[in-house]
Amino acid sequence: MLKQRSGLLLALIVFTLFLLWFVSIRQSLLFVVGIGLGLVLAGMRFGFTTGWRHLIEQRDASGAYAQLLLLAIAAAISLPLLAAYPGELSAALGPPGVSLLVGAVVFGAAMQIADGCGSGTLYKAGLGIPLNMAILPMFALGSFLGSAHLGWWLDLGAMQPVSLLDSAGLTGALILTFAGLAAIAGLCYWWSKGSTVQRPVFSKGLMIGAVLLAILAVLNLVIAGQPWGIVYSFGLWGAKIAQATHLFDPSVNAFWSQPSNATALQQSIFLDVTSITSLGILAGALLIFAGKKDDRQAKLNTTQWIVGIIAGFLLGYSSRLAFGCNVGAMVSGISTGSLHGWIWVALAFIGSLAGVRIRKYYRY
Amino acid sequence: MAQLKTTRILAFWLVLCGFFVWDWTHSNPVNLRLESSIFALGSGQAPSGGHCASFGK
Repeated sequence: MLKQRSGLLLALIVFTLFLLWFVSIRQSLLFVVGIGLGLVLAGMRFGFTTGWRHLIEQRDASGAYAQLLLLAIAAAISLPLLAAYPGELSAALGPPGVSLLVGAVVFGAAMQIADGCGSGTLYKAGLGIPLNMAILPMFALGSFLGSAHLGWWLDLGAMQPVSLLDSAGLTGALILTFAGLAAIAGLCYWWSKGSTVQRPVFSKGLMIGAVLLAILAVLNLVIAGQPWGIVYSFGLWGAKIAQATHLFDPSVNAFWSQPSNATALQQSIFLDVTSITSLGILAGALLIFAGKKDDRQAKLNTTQWIVGIIAGFLLGYSSRLAFGCNVGAMVSGISTGSLHGWIWVALAFIGSLAGVRIRKYYRY
Repeated sequence: MAQLKTTRILAFWLVLCGFFVWDWTHSNPVNLRLESSIFALGSGQAPSGGHCASFGK
């Protein structure tokens, strides 16, 4: 086991050096940040999806509290940084509209069925969980199709992105963000009062995980100039394959003809910020897997496989419509003062209420 | 069981690495002269990468 881990560590060092020499120092640093994210997510089993499910089914708010701590720390550092360096750092600002409404609800339901959001699918695939490994390519296909249809969805109705920093200033944005987080914490406290679960309200492991994830998310912002994101990378991978098959012409597509997206299609994936951190998450999770004893997983039947894979496709499609997943829309959106992050949370939670029922129906 | 899992993971990474190698050989070469600064913060440059929350720049 130690030998496996050492070999893997060596391979990751070699790849980091490759990035440093042949791509850029920035991308090699971002890969290391991604490994850190993977280590924390997989090592601490920090699951956004599971936290929400435990809150809904068992009235256990420990996961939700950890997520609120992550958001609070990330916002407390990111918002002042964004206010001080507006030309060098950008927020995760998505436009509220029909696509966000539909996308967030579907994503919330699908993530419960597939047992993983964007980050969850990545780290569970890295840990070798079969369903999540199978879901990853479907996630990429869904993300690609969602991005390719995004222009059509936006035509149904969308407003300009709303930045709390621009609308209310730094102090106002901080007050609004913390007030929103406190309100959610209050609701979680009220809901979890009747819980019969014998777990501590504040799980030490999850709290440490939340602090580490917040630090790494801020590092991502400082190094890349943009917040942590995941699903853009999946869409890009899918778009590259579609382009190679000549079935897709990006020059006539509303999303992929945008200059930044068209450039990303032409250049190496190793130059894309979200791809390199996503790859790091997979690698970090693999490091955890290499140091772990085998843990048995329940075998899925054919129906469960089919439903899981459809949910994986929907995860990808809906996350593009919703302008992000739990990471790109919720963590990055809320911590950088985007209104769409708050709308996303409310709607994805409604979707999750349905998702846990569907999950139960198919006996996952 | 453990061996099956290792084989599965190995296959997964082989496909993933194969995709990245294919992409590296088929994409425009990296121009090191245009390398971005190590940290965006303090660089004086606006971020230009794609993100899930943006439609494009």
